[in-house]
Amino acid sequence: MKTFRIIGRNFRDAFKGVFRNFSLSFASISCITITLIVVAISIILSDNVNNFTELVEKDVTVVAFIDNSLKDDKIDEIKDKISVIDNVDTYEFKSKSDITKDMRDSSDVFDSIMKNWNDEENPIQNTFQIKVVNIEKINDVAKELKNIDGITLVKYGEGMVEQLVSVFDVVHKISIGAVIALVLVTAFLISNTIKITINSRQREIGIMRLIGASNLNIRIPFIIEGLLLGLLGSIIPIIITIYGYSSVYKHFDGYLFSQFIKLIPPTPFVYITSLILVGIGILVGMFGSWRAVRKHLKI
Amino acid sequence: MDLIRLTKVKKTYKTGVTAIQDLNLKISKGDFVFIIGSTGCGKSTLIKMLYREEKPTSGQIIVGGIDVGRLRNGKVYKIRRKIGVVFQDYKLLPKSTVYENVAFALEIFGLPKDEIHSKVVKVLELVGLKNKIKNYPSQLSGGEQQRVAIARAIVNGPKLLICDEPTGNLDPNTSLEIMNVLEEINKLGTTIIMVTHDINIVKRMNKRVIVLDSGRVLKDYKKGTYQNENI
Repeated sequence: MKTFRIIGRNFRDAFKGVFRNFSLSFASISCITITLIVVAISIILSDNVNNFTELVEKDVTVVAFIDNSLKDDKIDEIKDKISVIDNVDTYEFKSKSDITKDMRDSSDVFDSIMKNWNDEENPIQNTFQIKVVNIEKINDVAKELKNIDGITLVKYGEGMVEQLVSVFDVVHKISIGAVIALVLVTAFLISNTIKITINSRQREIGIMRLIGASNLNIRIPFIIEGLLLGLLGSIIPIIITIYGYSSVYKHFDGYLFSQFIKLIPPTPFVYITSLILVGIGILVGMFGSWRAVRKHLKI
Repeated sequence: MDLIRLTKVKKTYKTGVTAIQDLNLKISKGDFVFIIGSTGCGKSTLIKMLYREEKPTSGQIIVGGIDVGRLRNGKVYKIRRKIGVVFQDYKLLPKSTVYENVAFALEIFGLPKDEIHSKVVKVLELVGLKNKIKNYPSQLSGGEQQRVAIARAIVNGPKLLICDEPTGNLDPNTSLEIMNVLEEINKLGTTIIMVTHDINIVKRMNKRVIVLDSGRVLKDYKKGTYQNENI
């Protein structure tokens, strides 16, 4: 009971603290709001880049062309050899008739050209279509495939895939770095703003010490106040995240610039991002208060 | 029985100034003691050491069975809960009402609301401020503010009440009112140590008087023996 009473009192005091020192609280809240908006933008960008990279990676297929004269037993032999290559995720045999059918289905032009081909005339080769686990090592898989007897040609969009992946990797790393840096900067910025709030309440802390409040007794209301500031500061960034991102998604119909860059669907993405924002806001507010109040305690 | 015992206490500040030296003192439970002396004689340092705002450089200070000098900073609250302190400048929270200022001292210990209410009302009645419960400090006179500070200091039922020039900012009549309040509290069993410059009050109260000079006890007058002293 006693603990609940103390917790209840701490929350009441924290609320009072926020509203009785409203101008300074407002400064802290604004500071948290602005930074969380930037953090939200960074998270949205970073996650979308990540998502896009994953989609591209999933799409990349290594095509191994096989000599059309090979018999089924030789094809099975090649299949076994592919199955033991490191970094191979899935592989599938596609005969030239399968490919022809796919191509005819996909376009009227192809259909009109190909419909008259018979099996001998058809220049398309049988293939194995291979997906890899780690796209950065796709080149090694291609090399091993080339060495297999019966495979005449290996293609996977060399150069472009590696370049694209490494560019995305850099963008992803930069955006994660930016989020971390922003969070740290906010923590210190908020800590300094809260420090001003707490400096103005030095008298209060002095009196608390005098009447026998332990360091924990003094600290907790201020830390809860930091929590409330963080919570209040995250309201606007959350609204912007939920409604802003959803309307951007709607406006662009889920794609950015072209059908190639697909955006992450808003649900549940915006809610997860909002939770992260609240979490960052609360933690940063609490850390800021903890750091600021520490100065006034003889520990 | 001794509530306070100081043995060979010395206090030298980092600046090199020695405020207290070779001080031996005993104060019994239920005593009312005045500490007087000229400015810089070590009065403030002495009482600050009692409530552990300062640490002695050497020697031993026992308050209510606790070796105050050995208390770590994080444990200071243990002694503060046994001591009430009243200052010349009242140290009230300006944005809190009289009731809130006094209740503050009980709330941090998680007492139930009803108990807080009854204790606060009782103590405000004792200091004669029951009718000003909802006022803010700025709406009170100096004497009334000091009475709020006294109420806050004693609401926990401390064994010892330390008063650092509580009448320093007050006119003679108001000062007497405060002294009457303190006398009432003392009668209820609380030991009181009061630092003051007001010789008239000291003479009128007829209590034990300790005269400090250059950080030492110059004279220690038993109750009723103090007549005059040039300070």
